[in-house]
Amino acid sequence: MDAAQVLKDLTEISSQIEAAVLVAADGSVLAATLQDDTSAGRLATAAQALVGAAEGAPRESGEGPLVQLEVATMEGNVFVVRDGERVVAAVTSADPTAGLVFYDLKSCLRAAAAEQGDGKPRPRARRTRKAAAEGVSGEISS
Amino acid sequence: MVRFLRRLLGLITLAAVAAGAAVVLRRRVGGSRERVDLYFEDGAMTSFEEGSPDADRMLGFAREVIAAARAG
Repeated sequence: MDAAQVLKDLTEISSQIEAAVLVAADGSVLAATLQDDTSAGRLATAAQALVGAAEGAPRESGEGPLVQLEVATMEGNVFVVRDGERVVAAVTSADPTAGLVFYDLKSCLRAAAAEQGDGKPRPRARRTRKAAAEGVSGEISS
Repeated sequence: MVRFLRRLLGLITLAAVAAGAAVVLRRRVGGSRERVDLYFEDGAMTSFEEGSPDADRMLGFAREVIAAARAG
């Protein structure tokens, strides 16, 4: 699954997202829901400018880096989520379910990281009761 | 006595409707305010309401993001 497919899945899962762009740490556009490259580049540049302004804003407490933001305007909302390697920005209509949008964007980043093989540990599949029982019996027999 | 109870019931109903309308109106007005919420890795969160210089700067960039998204 490539980055474009990851974004396609995102917009299919989250009906609230109108447009989204996935940007690499160096600023290059990995994928976008917009049709032409110029529009995607403009969206990515604007999203990075927003992140830059957010990083420069004064904060009330804490010292950790900025990981996500939401901007609510009368025209719509902007969401940005980032990890060390990528940034995903999305635009929704006004008054979206913020928690769901953030969840979907984080899932999108995880899928993009898995697709590019970051070497980060992936969540292990849940073991069924049967598999767990087999694992226990295996330990006993060895 | 019956007339008094009817009037009382009417007043209570009117007060309940007015209170409900006030809550809905407050939610709508409050919910439509422009704001910026920043979340940090350590769990800290900072919120900026419209009107502050920092909020207005970020709101300007956000409008550019929305315009770019909808132009494409």
